Amino acid sequence: MAAAVRFFIRGANSRLSVGTGTGGSLGAALLKLSPSCSSRSKTQRRHAAHFTYQPDPVPTQYGETQKMNLFQSITSALDNTLSSDPTAVIFGEDVAFGGVFRCTVGLRDKYGKDRVFNTPLCEQGIVGFGIGAAVAGATAIAEIQFADYIFPAFDQIVNEAAKYRYRSGNLFDCGNLTIRAPWGCVGHGSLYHSQSPEAFFAHCPGIKVVIPRGPMQAKGLLLSCIADRNPCIFFEPKILYRAAVEQVPVESYTIPLSEAEILQEGSDVTLVAWGTQIHVLREVSDMAQEKLGVSCEVIDLKTILPWDVETVCKFQVSNVTLWISKTCTQQRVTCCILGRFAGRQMKTCRTHPIPPLLPGGCWTHPNLFLLPGGCRTHLSPAI
Amino acid sequence: PGKMLTNISSLLRACAQKSVSLNMFYPTNCFSFVFKCDLHKLDEAPATEVVMTREEGLKYYHIMQTIRRMELKADQLYKQKIIRGFCHLYDGQEACAVGIEASINMSDHLITAYRAHGYTYTRGGTVKKIMAELTGRRGGIAKGKGGSMHMYCKNFYGGNGIVGAQVPLGAGVALACKYQGNNELCVCLYGDGAANQGQIFETYNMASLWKLPVIFICENNRYGMGTSVERAAASTDYYKRGEFIPGLRVDGMDVLCVREATRFAAEHCRSGKGPILMELQTYRYHGHSMSDPGISYRTREEIQEVRSKSDPISLLKDRLLSNNMASVEELKVIDVEVRKEIEDAAQFATTDPEPPLDELCNHMFSNNPPVEVRGTNPWAKLKSVS
Repeated sequence: MAAAVRFFIRGANSRLSVGTGTGGSLGAALLKLSPSCSSRSKTQRRHAAHFTYQPDPVPTQYGETQKMNLFQSITSALDNTLSSDPTAVIFGEDVAFGGVFRCTVGLRDKYGKDRVFNTPLCEQGIVGFGIGAAVAGATAIAEIQFADYIFPAFDQIVNEAAKYRYRSGNLFDCGNLTIRAPWGCVGHGSLYHSQSPEAFFAHCPGIKVVIPRGPMQAKGLLLSCIADRNPCIFFEPKILYRAAVEQVPVESYTIPLSEAEILQEGSDVTLVAWGTQIHVLREVSDMAQEKLGVSCEVIDLKTILPWDVETVCKFQVSNVTLWISKTCTQQRVTCCILGRFAGRQMKTCRTHPIPPLLPGGCWTHPNLFLLPGGCRTHLSPAI
Repeated sequence: PGKMLTNISSLLRACAQKSVSLNMFYPTNCFSFVFKCDLHKLDEAPATEVVMTREEGLKYYHIMQTIRRMELKADQLYKQKIIRGFCHLYDGQEACAVGIEASINMSDHLITAYRAHGYTYTRGGTVKKIMAELTGRRGGIAKGKGGSMHMYCKNFYGGNGIVGAQVPLGAGVALACKYQGNNELCVCLYGDGAANQGQIFETYNMASLWKLPVIFICENNRYGMGTSVERAAASTDYYKRGEFIPGLRVDGMDVLCVREATRFAAEHCRSGKGPILMELQTYRYHGHSMSDPGISYRTREEIQEVRSKSDPISLLKDRLLSNNMASVEELKVIDVEVRKEIEDAAQFATTDPEPPLDELCNHMFSNNPPVEVRGTNPWAKLKSVS
């Protein structure tokens, strides 16, 4: 489970003061919020998710809905795609029998083995093959079994897929390619079944990186990725596959990419996150309101690249502290996304004093399966 | 002469005490069997007339039985949620680990993928340390920080989670051996699923070009997770996939076959001829991991058939008994011994404390003095000692 939390404090109108030096008062205050969050470290055994999934309200604008969990909503999206687009093919390791997370159950029986087929164990080959299929005109939906295994394909994604349109002068493109991968901490995943590699791709022009927070969002965003004319990477929070259940429209619908969504209005603090962390933050913002009287705005970024600068930076700021908290296993994520936000922030607020940047909230070591998940934010209830 | 001796010995045994008299048995036996060995770009073949001493037989039995019991215990502990995370069990494939170790030295090197418990044991790890690592305790072989997939000991490089990633590493180890001129080699194992990874072919090329002393071994247990070999590979002759690398394929369920094939391969490497590729046809009884029941892509009948006809421990046991190299009682004594060892180890693994939390960040880098590591917020400082 990983997400970055951008923590913006609105300066002039804010009732909060940001202390300087270590033990900044706001941070410390928020740290004291959650009952089990203390500076004393202790081993805690977690047997269940440390957050409660908060379902979206039932959508009314897309027609009939059905109760689905995350993997079922993915199946539904793929089903819609295969039925409406005769060139669509789905491939990856073990997708034929339904996939290790059951995202492709029933599709092979319904659409045939030439449209839903297994690949051998070769991620670089899978993505390379997907690029080729997409360039030739097929809607290629490749599955990488875990986001942790995407690295052999990194070269294909960054060097081949992302730059195809540019280097061919728009003669060719692999916009038909969508890569799906289960993503993020799940508690027992340890080093190689828990990673959140979105930041590695967040600096690569030419691709889009999308992470949904729940089933209804996932289906719409996935269908948008498939329809999008650029190669997209769609990360699915694996901890939500079964845990997240809500009403999802049965028919096809799209949710626009690169549009962040303000889930909760607030006046003092803006919290930005994606994926599983949204649900943690919603709990945190409730706690902040209740215990500190702090009004938090919660924004779901949804598309990591290209991200919605406008929505995130739209508030008036006179003195902003940019606080990044990341709960994933890659430390450099923090630095990179910090850099992006910092860069943007400085650009937007050039008439204001440049804010200090505080990186924070990330385990800087590989995830240990012993410890209760790698899920931490300084704002969240500690596990 | 065997039959008469058997009769006399049974008679005497019946009169004797429970303790077994060593004089009753053939100290060695020569097995002459034509074991199926497919060759690729090889003019010679491993010996088909093999000798196994009683001592060797009992040793192989002991080790295989230990691995078997250890894996079954791990299964039990996993179901009790004492072992968490991922657990890939090796039962069914014991002959591979034991046969390979029988033909290499402790000073040789070995690297494998995640189905590593058996190899950790044959390479010198104790059952106690292995089980404690599975339960993530400080007495574990990797200090409780690695778990099932990351076990290491001297000249055993793990224990690797990413499929196929260990193969180029193995070639590197072999290069070091060649460079240092110590006549050691590296045994580099991977599975039938990994055999389709690109980096394996890159490694074949490098190893062959530079004549590295590496034995590539493909443990073909017919299923890459849930995908059968026919559905994953254009060519299931994994011993030929090295193309320009000579290869051989043997029955991986027979410990003597594996031993002889490895002996042959080791000689090939040590004589400076370069790499060699071995395919061991074996089988795993459990699913891919503990979260895989193992019966959705194969039938129970198939598993039963392999268990009854080709179980490595049964094969060895039959061989020992029918050739009068050991008695049923003797083997039972070994069984009891093994069972006790496993029970003790499980007890230790369940009661040993977890690694202390201040060791959380250790060994990230190599550093002296300790390095400060940021925790989950800017004011939480942790220490990394290395």
